[in-house]
Amino acid sequence: MELVMAVGIGIMTACAVYLLLRGRTFSLVLGLSMLSTAGNLFIFSMGRLRPGVSPIVAAGTEGYADPVPQALVLTAIVIGFGMTGFIMALAVRIRLQTGSDHVDGLEPMPERRPEQGS
Amino acid sequence: MTHLLAAPIIVPALAAALLLVLHRARIAVKRTIGMGATVAVAVAALAILTETRSGAPLVYRLGNWPSPFGIVLVADHLSAFMLLLTASLALAALLYAVQGWDARGKLFHPLFLFQVMGLNGAFLTGDLFNLFVFFEILLIASYGLAMEGLEVERLRATLHYAAINIAASSVFLIAVSLMYGVMGTLNMAHLAERVGEVRIEDVGLVRAAGLLLLGVFAVKAAVFPLYFWLPATYSHAPAPVAALFAVMTKVGVYAMIRVTTLIFTGGESDVMELTSPWLMPVSLITLALGTLGALGAQRLATITAYLTIASVGTILTGVAVGGGKGLAAALYYMAHSTIAIAILFLVTDLLGRNRGAMGDQLHPGPPLRQAVPLGLTFLFGGATVAGIPPSSGFLGKLMILHSTMNGLSVVLIWTVILVTSVLTLVTCSRAGSIVLWNHIEPDQLAHDRPPRAGEWVALAALAGCSIGLVIFAAPIAHYTGEIEAQLTSPGSYIHAVLESGQDDFIRPHAMGGVR
Repeated sequence: MELVMAVGIGIMTACAVYLLLRGRTFSLVLGLSMLSTAGNLFIFSMGRLRPGVSPIVAAGTEGYADPVPQALVLTAIVIGFGMTGFIMALAVRIRLQTGSDHVDGLEPMPERRPEQGS
Repeated sequence: MTHLLAAPIIVPALAAALLLVLHRARIAVKRTIGMGATVAVAVAALAILTETRSGAPLVYRLGNWPSPFGIVLVADHLSAFMLLLTASLALAALLYAVQGWDARGKLFHPLFLFQVMGLNGAFLTGDLFNLFVFFEILLIASYGLAMEGLEVERLRATLHYAAINIAASSVFLIAVSLMYGVMGTLNMAHLAERVGEVRIEDVGLVRAAGLLLLGVFAVKAAVFPLYFWLPATYSHAPAPVAALFAVMTKVGVYAMIRVTTLIFTGGESDVMELTSPWLMPVSLITLALGTLGALGAQRLATITAYLTIASVGTILTGVAVGGGKGLAAALYYMAHSTIAIAILFLVTDLLGRNRGAMGDQLHPGPPLRQAVPLGLTFLFGGATVAGIPPSSGFLGKLMILHSTMNGLSVVLIWTVILVTSVLTLVTCSRAGSIVLWNHIEPDQLAHDRPPRAGEWVALAALAGCSIGLVIFAAPIAHYTGEIEAQLTSPGSYIHAVLESGQDDFIRPHAMGGVR
């Protein structure tokens, strides 16, 4: 399970970095939200992966999952969600005001390559 | 237990929430609430400064939880110093803003107070995760402030600024959780204790986490090669906001100082010492490139933005020297440069809007009204930033130069600092002579909004702070020396957080201990 988790987080981060380096705001927003999701999974796994145990210690239970990373990841999700919402609104606003979804608000000078899929 | 330490966070938070509820109220009401809260924060900062004078850090335990388990706010000399600096700057910036800037955006006052809250929280918090949270608060408030008015240029600059900071925040989270994963705590004092007990096979992980953290702080502080977001953002931000942003890069510097003096100190072995090989070269490069950027800039606001980067370079040079007066000099310089940059941003705004369509570009424009006081203020700001005696910049640079006397790289450091000072002087005199002396016949004076009395008061207050730094240089230098002494022997900080007040509690066991 550790291996799957580690590889998954790694692939997600790599994809996020690739998307972040693209020139369109849509890929930028996708990349940022992917990066924060990868970060959240990483925080969660820092409490060690323990299936089937609760984060609450009660009489008679054996072992417990570390509750602190779960609390941390909750905060991080909320903050990441807010930030993604903000930058998405900002990107839409720039698109409306400049007519371009390039991160610089301008189309690059050489002939424009059509973006696929958007 | 005194609740004083919570005041710099709670007061602006409550006032900002109140302002959100009253967002349809008249502007006079908003101004009163905003001003009142900022004055209250300044009073609290002064009170905290006097309370911490005795030397023992104040600790505030939220919810009265015992220390490594609950959230703590800690005020030592450094925190108190930064709080007072922020509060002074915020007061002056708000005083400037209420002369008319604040009427342009409906949410100016709440965002301003949230920004102040985030700054204060970052200076006061005693654990790494809340440092992250307060960073996010001050950042999201700053996004809102930076794009006020929604002009395309501002939106574009804010997008870049927000993107790099959101990416940096994710890295921050990864670093913080990695440290938790290895050491099982996020309380900075507790981390300082635990870092010495890390098993040898985990040392690499902790070093990686530490370097990631420092990289994130370098983004916030705008250190080479991570400063490219700053010039566009700061030069397009509204003037009072840019003036407040002058302290935002210093939050990054503060966080760097805090973790390197408390957690990654090296101690007995050098394994946990992360900064020494690269901090000095990086700060000198930052200083040099910031100055060159200012020399090549085409607008007054861009010049000031680049000078912000250069000032961070100078401060970090002192930080890199470290103990033995380097940190003390860096902190004096930090106070000086924050105020001087704020003066320059504000006077740039006054100059720019007196020149019609020409704005703050470095081209001859129409003759200025009130040219003499504006020119003298610009001269004051420029001379202070460049470090002409007897300004506070001169004293700050002298202290930094003096602290490097015993190092090996003294020739290099002196050369860079002195040459960049001359170049800063050239930049400012060139900009000043073009803007103030080179006139063309005015074809229109449509946008002429002469400076108002309150704006002069704000500028005079900042200039007064700067002059105060010169007149009271000895006591202030003595105080920064005390800060350095406290930072270089972090025992009292750790002791205050972890030990005192423990008698009141039955210490919980079994949970949260060593994994």
